[in-house]
Formats: sequence, C-alpha cells, structure tokens
Amino acid sequence: MTGLAILIPIALLLGLAGLAAFFWAMRDGQFDDPDGAAARILIEDEE
Amino acid sequence: MSALPRPQPALSVTVLAVPGIHCAGCIGKIERGLAAEPGVAEARVNFTARMVTVAHAPEIDARALVAALARLGVEAQPRRDEAARRYSAARPLLGPLAVAGFAAMNVMLLSVSVWSGAEGSTRDLFHWISALIAVPAILYAGRPFFHSAWSALRHGRTNMDVPISIGVTVATGLSLYETIRGGEHAWFDGALMLLAFLLAGRVLDALMRDRARSGVDALLAQAASGAMVLREDGALAWCDAAALWPGMVMRVAAGERLAADGEIVVGASRFDQSLLTGESAPVAAGPGAAVLAGTLNLDAPVDVRVSHAGRDTTLAEIARLMEASTQNRSRYVRIADRAARYYAPAVHTLAALAVAGWLLAGAGLYQALVIGVAVLIITCPCALGLAVPVAQVVASGSLMRAGIMVKDGSALERLAAVDRALLDKTGTLTLGRPLPDAEALGALPPEKAALALALASHSRHPLSRALADALAAAGHRPARIEDVAERPGFGIFATWNGAQVALRRPESPSGGMAAALEVAGRPTRLIPFADRLRPDAAEALTALRRLGVESSILSGDNPAAVAAVAHQIGLTAQAAADPAAKQALIERVRGSGRKVLMVGDGLNDGPALAAADASIAPGGASEVSAQAADFVFVGDSLLALPRAVRAARATMRVVRQNFALAIGYNVLAVPLALAGMVTPLVAAAAMSASSLIVVANSLRLARAAR
Repeated sequence: MTGLAILIPIALLLGLAGLAAFFWAMRDGQFDDPDGAAARILIEDEE
Repeated sequence: MSALPRPQPALSVTVLAVPGIHCAGCIGKIERGLAAEPGVAEARVNFTARMVTVAHAPEIDARALVAALARLGVEAQPRRDEAARRYSAARPLLGPLAVAGFAAMNVMLLSVSVWSGAEGSTRDLFHWISALIAVPAILYAGRPFFHSAWSALRHGRTNMDVPISIGVTVATGLSLYETIRGGEHAWFDGALMLLAFLLAGRVLDALMRDRARSGVDALLAQAASGAMVLREDGALAWCDAAALWPGMVMRVAAGERLAADGEIVVGASRFDQSLLTGESAPVAAGPGAAVLAGTLNLDAPVDVRVSHAGRDTTLAEIARLMEASTQNRSRYVRIADRAARYYAPAVHTLAALAVAGWLLAGAGLYQALVIGVAVLIITCPCALGLAVPVAQVVASGSLMRAGIMVKDGSALERLAAVDRALLDKTGTLTLGRPLPDAEALGALPPEKAALALALASHSRHPLSRALADALAAAGHRPARIEDVAERPGFGIFATWNGAQVALRRPESPSGGMAAALEVAGRPTRLIPFADRLRPDAAEALTALRRLGVESSILSGDNPAAVAAVAHQIGLTAQAAADPAAKQALIERVRGSGRKVLMVGDGLNDGPALAAADASIAPGGASEVSAQAADFVFVGDSLLALPRAVRAARATMRVVRQNFALAIGYNVLAVPLALAGMVTPLVAAAAMSASSLIVVANSLRLARAAR
C-alpha cells in the first residue's frame, strides 16, 4: 500500500505534464497548419 | 529549416491567398522564392488554409508580392481581411476535450482497482482522489454543454444538452455524496467518459465546418477586390474596393472585373454581365454608357468614372434581398434537437417514475434516489450525441475528397429531404465562359493551330486565353513568331516566316463571339466561341430524376438563349427572372409543400440560394453565391449534384440507424437500471460499447460520395 502513495502522485504528475504540453502546443499554434506540417518534411534544404 | 533573418520591428505583414498550392514543392518554392525578393524578410505558408504570410518592408505593397509570386508561377490574391484572425469553431473545444480525456483516463484507472475489489480505506482514498480530479475537470470540460443547455432552458426550449447536463450534474453530485459518506459506488468515471465522448463528437463537427470554411475562403479570395485608379497627376495606383469613391476614374483592363458601378469616360468595349444578371450575350458599351460592378470587361481597356461604390451598388441591393430570405434557414431545427424534444422529457419522466415506484414499493428515500440517478446516467444520450455528428463528419469528409465542400451538418439534413431542383443557366448548367468551337479547332491544320496558340498566348484577353488553353490541351506547341504586338480591342499582330499574321476580332460582327486567324495572302479562318453546357449535364439531370428530384431551369437570361439550353437537355424553364422573381418562385414552390434545391452561381442567384431549403454553388461562383450556398463544388462536372444528394440521403439513413442503435441500447439497459442492478462498472461498459457501435456504423459512410 505504501507504493501507492508514491505511484499515484507520479502517475498524476506525468498525466498533468502531458496535459500541460498539449495546452502549450495549442497556444503556440502547433495545430494551425496540420496539412502543411505533414508536407514540410518533404521539402529539400539545398542551401 | 534554415535560419531566417529576424523580422525587424518596422516590418509590415501581408497575408495572400494562394489557392493553387498542392504539394510540399509549392511550399518550398514560395517560401524560398519570396524570401529571395528584395525587401522581404520572411514568408511562411499555411498549407491548410492555402495562405502565405509575408513579413516585408513597408514600401512593398501587396500588388508587388502578387507579381513576385506570379514570376514564381504561383497565382495569388491579396486578402481583404488581412490581419483578421479566422474564427475557428473547433479551437475552443480542444481544451475541454483534452481535460475530459485526461481526467477520464486517470479516474478510470482508479475505478478499475475499486471494481476489482479495493475495500475500506483504500476505496475511500481512491474515491477522494477521483473526486479531486473529476470535479474541476467536469466544471471545466462541461461548460460548453451547461452553457447551451442553460440558454435553451432560459428560452423555454430544450435540446440534447439539457439531458446531458442534468445527467452529468446529478451523477457528479451523487458521487460526491457517496465519497463523503464513504459509500460503495462513485460515478465520476462515467460522467467524465460521457463528456469526453460527446466533446469528441462536437470537435469533429466543428473541424468539418472549419475545413469547409477555409476552402470557401480560398475560393472567395479570387474575386476582384479593387481597381487601378487614374489619379489627377496621371499616375496609376491600385485602390482597394472599399476605398473607391464616386468621381474616381478607374482603368479596367480587358479580362478584369469592375469593382464599382460607373460610367465609361474613355474607350469602348463589351461587357459580360452574366454574373450579375444571368444574361449570356456580351453587352457593348461606349463613352457615356453605364457599367455595373461585377461585370467582366471583354475587349479593350476602358476608363470608368465611379458613380456608386460599396454599399450603393447594384450588388448591395441584392445583398438586402438576401438578408430577408435567410430566415428559412434559421427556422430549421436539426434532427438531433428534434429527437431531444421527445427524448429529454421521456427520460426525465422515466427517472421520476422510477423514484416514485420504488418509494411506493417500500424502499427508503436514499435507495429510490440512487435508482433514479442510475436511470438518468444510463439514459444519458452518449450514443445519441455521437449519432449525428460522427455520421455527418464522415460523409462530409468523403464529399470533400470528391470535390464538394459542405458548409455545415444541417445542410446535409436539408439536402436529403429535397425533391425539387431549380437550376440557373449561365455558369451553372453551362460553364459560364466562352470556349472555342471544338469542330473549328479540329479543322485547323497543325501549323495553323501552332500559330494560333503562339498568338493567343501573348494576350490576357478571355478569348485568347480560352483558345490557348484548348490548343495546349490538344497537344499543340506554339510556333515561332516575331514582332508581336497586341492592339487592345483589335487583336494580336505578328510576323511568321516573313508573313504578316494576326489573331483578331472579326471585321464583320456575326452574332456570336468569334476570333479570326489571318495569314497574309491566305483565306481568313474564323473560330467561333460559345458558352458550353457543363460536361455530364444531361447525365447528372437524369441521375437527379432517378433520385426523385424534378429539375427545371430558372434563369435571368433572355428567353431565346434559355430555350436553346432547355431544349438541349429537355427541361422546362423560366427565363428573364430577376433576383426578386427567382426568390418569389422559390417561395411559391416551397409553399406547395416541396423541398427546393437551388443551384446557382451568379450574384443574381444569391437571394434564391438563401431562400431555398438547400443550395449548391459551383466553384467559379460569385462571392455572394458561394457564401449563401450550403455546398460548393469544385471542378466542371455537374455530376456533383446527384452525388451530393445521394451522399446526404445515405447520411440520413445512417443517422436513423444510429438513433435506432442508441434507443435499442436504452431498451436493454433501462430495465436493469429500473431494477436497481446498474453499478458504475455496468454503466461504463454499456456506454463505451454503444458509442463504439455508433461510431463504427457511421464509418461506413467513408465511401458515401462515390
């Protein structure tokens, strides 16, 4: 049972970190151009 | 990605629409090409919205950027609402969805250990942790539902959000009470899962509308939004349509659309008014003649003194007519809300009866209330909330791949009910642009065709461009010509193998439009031009008839031109109808109990498109029409019409099946709840199973538009 006291906070913290990362990505405009992001990987950088 | 120079504070930002981009190569070409232009600091393409945002020195204007893009081979138009950030329906829902998903997963994890037998203080601890996660998450993620339910109740109506809000609130309240009491069952996981599923449905619905809107935006950006204005000092300057004032003189090149009503000061030309009136024959106008905004200058550059601009133009008159007719649309009640009208009172009565029944049977107040709550939770319309949006999203995704953009879900519902179609002629049944006669082109010897292509490619005149496109598509290569000169209003003149050649306006006007190909010392060849029926027009109308939709023509063109087309495709027709008459006819047909589909492209069709039960516009439609229509199809083929109707009907079939599935689930689960046998585990399992079945059934629509 003592394991729970450590594991539950860790699980919640990791989950919250994921949630925070999602909110950051949304504010940062990462979802503004989903199709473009998929296409950009194909652009060659000659310079 | 290479490091871009940092934008300096004095830079200005311009947003251009680039509707033609389609691959990663285009992105690289535009961004690198623009960044290499002097004065441009940075260019960033948004591929989803088909836009490029350019940071540049303030002395460069949008026209220069468009010219730079044209040198790169990319067609671009300046956007009118440059800085305005586009409204997104999906964005405000993404946060709640993420929170509900996160909380549901964590609470579910805790619930699993409770279900597998956690006892005593461990169970209490898990319930308390669940409550700490769930209550704030429900307050945040449930807001969209609480909001909509509250505003419906305040107006004395009910919608799907009312039973959802009541179910979620009651489940949360009871769970909190149980947690404080140290009870056995908490329903936090069910309430959160419900919110997560429903929000997923809403987000899909909103994404569909966003995608369609950006598609329509890209089309709209192609409309003319200004004019070259001749200033008093003789200089020419680009002027935005909104900044045009009566008295200004604008120079309109051949092939350009007028941005304002006015009177010709210098020059004479012919004007294509089909967008405004539906009239297909070009109208000749000389000095002193009045010309209208939205018409296309066909022949020669003219100077036009602006008489009305902005809100005073003929266009604005049409806009006023449209405002009056959008009420039909707003009165339409979506199928999910119609279902909620019966569903919400039914489940609330059922829950109340359950409480009363158990009290009468001698149960305690607490036990009776718990059973009532179980009924509310189990009947919470999880599958019903997904039934409509998922089906519509899948179907509209399929339609979009087929080149038909759906403005919103209710459009699919309205289109499915249609049994009468009214079609505009110019630009809808026909292509709305002059095309060279195929027989005349076929009769040209290859060297003449190569010569005609070479001459035509030197002009931006609409006839030249149509001719060049047709010849290039037929596989001809331009011949070598020298000393090319274009004389506006007359034609293109050059020398070819030492002989004088010309592609010019015929000397003797012979009714329709035509171009003459002259080679000195040889007989002149005449290439007639005419507006053609769209490919597959007859086939599309037959398919509509087979779907039980009766079609006829409703046109503003003169009776003779309409009769010719009507005869060709075997439809009845009404000609010479002005915008108000079109609107009145639609009201009359609707009054006789028919559901009307209007298909049109011109400004004159705008009010009719807004008044009809459902409306479709072709991709080349005027701004007003593309905005008023529920569907916009790209491409030339009219087969988009039966395809859209078929897909809409298939969608409604699946929606009804989904309702049946959701109700079937309730029929199975409600007796369990009434008997007091539903635990949180049973509720969670039943809810996910029914939602998955509804989603799976909707996915069958992925090929609806084929």
